[in-house]
Amino acid sequence: MTGIVALYIFMLAAFTGYEIIAKVPVILHTPLMSGSNFVHGIVLVGAMVALGGATNPLEKTIGFIGVLLAAGNAVGGYVVTERMLEMFKSSGAKKKTQTENKGGH
Amino acid sequence: MESAMQTPGIFSPRLLIDISYFLTACLFILGLKRMSSPVTARSGIVWAGAGMAVATLVSFLYPNMSNYELIIAAIVVGSIVAWWSGKRVAMTDMPQMIALYNGMGGGAAAAIAAVELYRAAFANAAHEEVHHSTIVMSLAVIGGIIGAISFSGSLIAWAKLQGVLNKTVRFAGQKFVNGLLFLASLAVGVIVVLHHGADPLHVTLIFALALLFGIAMTLPIGGADMPVVISLYNALTGLAVAFEGFVLDNAAMIIAGTVVGSAGTLLTQLMAKAMNRSLANVLFSDFGSGGGGAATAVSGSMKPIEASDVGVMMAFASKVIVVPGYGMAVAQAQHKVWELCQLLIERGVQVKFAIHPVAGRMPGHMNVLLAEAGVPYDLIADLDEINAEFETADVALIIGANDVVNPVARTDKSSPIYGMPILNADKAKNVIVIKRGQGAGFSGIENALFFLDNTRMLYGDGQKAAAELVNAVKAVG
Repeated sequence: MTGIVALYIFMLAAFTGYEIIAKVPVILHTPLMSGSNFVHGIVLVGAMVALGGATNPLEKTIGFIGVLLAAGNAVGGYVVTERMLEMFKSSGAKKKTQTENKGGH
Repeated sequence: MESAMQTPGIFSPRLLIDISYFLTACLFILGLKRMSSPVTARSGIVWAGAGMAVATLVSFLYPNMSNYELIIAAIVVGSIVAWWSGKRVAMTDMPQMIALYNGMGGGAAAAIAAVELYRAAFANAAHEEVHHSTIVMSLAVIGGIIGAISFSGSLIAWAKLQGVLNKTVRFAGQKFVNGLLFLASLAVGVIVVLHHGADPLHVTLIFALALLFGIAMTLPIGGADMPVVISLYNALTGLAVAFEGFVLDNAAMIIAGTVVGSAGTLLTQLMAKAMNRSLANVLFSDFGSGGGGAATAVSGSMKPIEASDVGVMMAFASKVIVVPGYGMAVAQAQHKVWELCQLLIERGVQVKFAIHPVAGRMPGHMNVLLAEAGVPYDLIADLDEINAEFETADVALIIGANDVVNPVARTDKSSPIYGMPILNADKAKNVIVIKRGQGAGFSGIENALFFLDNTRMLYGDGQKAAAELVNAVKAVG
């Protein structure tokens, strides 16, 4: 892709990110930060390509560390975000069944 | 399979990869969009996760790749460790866990840059022809520096919040030294770009200086400010990923990285705003050091109270506002507190939870913790909604919160937290503070609220105190 097309992509993606976050209620800030933390785990595909093209021990070592860290970013980011958002689901359903659950804990 | 990859045409692996990355970018954006509303939030992460799975699988189809066994081994090991740690971590420790995973992403971006730059450096040293343009080399260097800063900085942030690292290192001229480190890293980067990779030593120096800068920049920042810093590093990692995406000609990385970069920047500003500070103030001021140099002269004394008295007071109140803080979550008291509130609601007492924007350790963190305990949303109010209501409340129950209810933020101009929006709990008719001991808060500032005439201190562990209050209210009958 040419430089100018890449620049357009960069500009449009920046606006997209801004628009997504701009109207978010405070209660979702932490899960969203965690969610965006997961999304930049896409660095995994880059690390895979870097390690895949590595030819000498130095490149292989750095590439291996890169893939290892990136996989940790992606999987860890997913797990903690999912755990946090799971609570939002239960609290939505809770309002209906609130009376049944009283004293449940 | 190897031969199929070389075949050009409609079904070439390259086209399949490009289409899959396009799909991934769509799923990421839609997923984040869904995450921005409580109703659809949960499906959002699933959508984004599907996008990640597609991108990862299809990346194995890249032509001319080798080291498959290393790639798979690294993915498996990294995934298992992260899965295990992510499932185990307590909700209260979420912020530092996000810092840790974020640092890993930054490190990965730096690793990509390192592979590219070392390759160029060794080729240059051996007088081979250089493949990269100046722009690509520049982006590799910038992305590498940002990624390395995010990596080491996030690790320090994690260590501080986890309590592994308690020291706040400060010395005269620190900002100057830090600035010098950053500029030196950048300067070596310019040399590497101008000399087509220069030599491996220069490349090593870029990363060493950037890693050092990340550490040096984060060390002086106090624990209370760490969430803002983590959010900043999150945005920086996104940016580093986007830059390395340019280097690798990978549209999925450019789009996802940039979206996170801009969304993270906005989120960082929102957090800083919630604390009534500018980002520069968070990064370069001496706030949150734990020293609390301004020895505010607080008059009066802390007056203790028994749980049974508090029970009676609350049972016959018409309105109780609970102000939970991070201390409540640490003591795992949220379930008991909610049980107490349910008892009060049954007695006809109006109960509300007042949440400060930075209650917990990040905006929204306390809402997550209360949701975990089962507190319904309509009982939770934020600062703007609730502040006028304290005057009509019979009891304000402060549990584990400190700085966010300190009235000196309104009155004492010399206080480091002056100007920070606070919950006006001091306006309630009675203020009950559940507190472990007599120490100062996270920021190390003495809390004037504790010394007010209408304030009583209920000393003890949060969970135990809440359990005592449950029994006390039950005893009222």
